[in-house]
Amino acid sequence: MLMPMMAEANDIEALKAGVFNPPREAPDFSVRASDGAALALSHYRGKVVVLGFGYTHCPNVCPATLAVLALAHRKLGALGSQVQVIYLTVDPERDSAERLKQYLAAFDPTFLGGTGTAAQMAAVRTSYGVTAEKIGTGSDYAVAHSSFIYLITRDGKLRALMPFGHKAEDYVHDISMLLN
Amino acid sequence: MRPFHKSPILGLVTVATLGAVAWAAFAPITFASREEPFEIPKGTWAQRMAGNKVEILPSRVFLTLGIRDVLLLKNLDDVPQIFGPTLMMPGQSFRLPFEVASSYQFACTAHASGQMTVVVDEQPDTAWRRLVWRTKRIFRVVA
Repeated sequence: MLMPMMAEANDIEALKAGVFNPPREAPDFSVRASDGAALALSHYRGKVVVLGFGYTHCPNVCPATLAVLALAHRKLGALGSQVQVIYLTVDPERDSAERLKQYLAAFDPTFLGGTGTAAQMAAVRTSYGVTAEKIGTGSDYAVAHSSFIYLITRDGKLRALMPFGHKAEDYVHDISMLLN
Repeated sequence: MRPFHKSPILGLVTVATLGAVAWAAFAPITFASREEPFEIPKGTWAQRMAGNKVEILPSRVFLTLGIRDVLLLKNLDDVPQIFGPTLMMPGQSFRLPFEVASSYQFACTAHASGQMTVVVDEQPDTAWRRLVWRTKRIFRVVA
């Protein structure tokens, strides 16, 4: 009994990401996926879910993050099929499912986007503690938003979050640990 | 100037000072753990709601790469607390390792100001850096 607990503690300390202990159930959500279908987090039990929040007009943080995630996904090789990257928009006003699909495909065609009504997306953000604030007016506004990436285990637990700026190798390291 | 052999006290002070400086520069810096732990005590939110000024965490936390570079927050309060963009549920802890020296700003509901800064210093891996690190640490404690 003690040995598995000690092994788990060592695993936690080996992660590059910030780690929650004990992990809580990752809040479920049901929004519209970039492929047009319904997107529910619970549908991905059995896979490690890499969950991010952003928007397609983002000038810097989102493209940089998605490029790192795409590289990490490639580096995972065969293990990549056991991982699902989900990117939820903080700008549902402009990010349609079609636009998200086109945008994410430029990084990795397996990445899934999620959008919905402003109220739906705000509720998801609240459940994760994510902030998003509209900056500017007119059609050329920006959205200041949280840049952390959440790592959700196969059994749906919110285990860790990776701060912005980590390398693809760090994601590969942590995702591999969560898969094992 | 009086030579040391004519002023033993001055000589002792000089030797002690040089010894302290040499120790600060050459003695390895070690901690039992790389974690810097902080707890948000039970009742923090209730006290704040009652209008009491409660400061449990320092507004600036100093970490050092390779020595003490992991922030460990424990939420012992009855309500969720926000650290950065994430919720820490009651009873939950959050362990955040740092690998890059920089200054990090976080939103934090455990602070009256709502902000917390984590300053991560480079690893003091030379005699001069160890001396500077220990000197800064003394000033931070005194301040």
